[in-house]
Amino acid sequence: MQIDWIWGLVGGLMIGTAAAFYLLVNGRIMGASGIVGGLVDRTGWGTWAERLSFVAGLALIPALMKPFLTAPVDTHITDNMPAVVLAGLLVGVGTRLANGCTSGHGVCGISRFSARGIAATIFYLFAGGLAVIVFRHLFGSI
Amino acid sequence: MLRNITSLIAGGLFGAGLLVSGMTDTTKVQGWLDIFGAWDPTLAFVLGGAILPMMLAWAVAARRARSLLGSDLPGKPGTEIDRNLMIGSLMFGAGWGLVGLCPGPAVASISWGGVGGAVFLVSMFAGMYVAPAFRLRFNAMA
Repeated sequence: MQIDWIWGLVGGLMIGTAAAFYLLVNGRIMGASGIVGGLVDRTGWGTWAERLSFVAGLALIPALMKPFLTAPVDTHITDNMPAVVLAGLLVGVGTRLANGCTSGHGVCGISRFSARGIAATIFYLFAGGLAVIVFRHLFGSI
Repeated sequence: MLRNITSLIAGGLFGAGLLVSGMTDTTKVQGWLDIFGAWDPTLAFVLGGAILPMMLAWAVAARRARSLLGSDLPGKPGTEIDRNLMIGSLMFGAGWGLVGLCPGPAVASISWGGVGGAVFLVSMFAGMYVAPAFRLRFNAMA
């Protein structure tokens, strides 16, 4: 538990390096919701192969790494399915309305001092904190 | 073709970073958002670690006309903090706090996320699919 922050920092540097690589090599902003969302709502079908390649790497490399990790890997996702469906819908609609999520607004936006990226991050952190307080401490359901 | 390979590499490194950092573990994400509970600071290191390389990348990008593969680099970010950005980010944050997954980790953990992970991802796709209709409605409001 005490060294979790080191893994957080190492993983964060990897995420940032991936975003830097994608910007300087492919010329694109590494935003997960934008890359995936453009495939879902067809607005990004003009660049489908590049997007699908990104998604393939994103899903495959962690799957291949998992057996080599010493610590057990688990999402610990709740088995409360109505909550999972509601959360998925909120994340899907919300990130597309806002044009970005944790990677696009949080990592890529804040690092270029984008007012929209910083504002979005403040709003989703506020709502995320509030959701945990309400559902964990008031209802005890998560 | 080369664009697709570099895209796969970026996606893979992103996924590896998400796994290593703890972003695919919903209990760590909710533990970070839970400022009134047993607060887990790990994700602050993830975000900080990710922003650092990206700040350098933006500084490099500012001196270049094109990406290494010859495509245009992203233009200046918008500055308008509009209704879609605020409402969308609040919705996204609420979903993120409720279950603990955002779009990148939801894709990265699909191979071990079980039924819950799959249901989340399908719900997120559904949300992304209907998001343009929400946007039109919000834009139509005075």
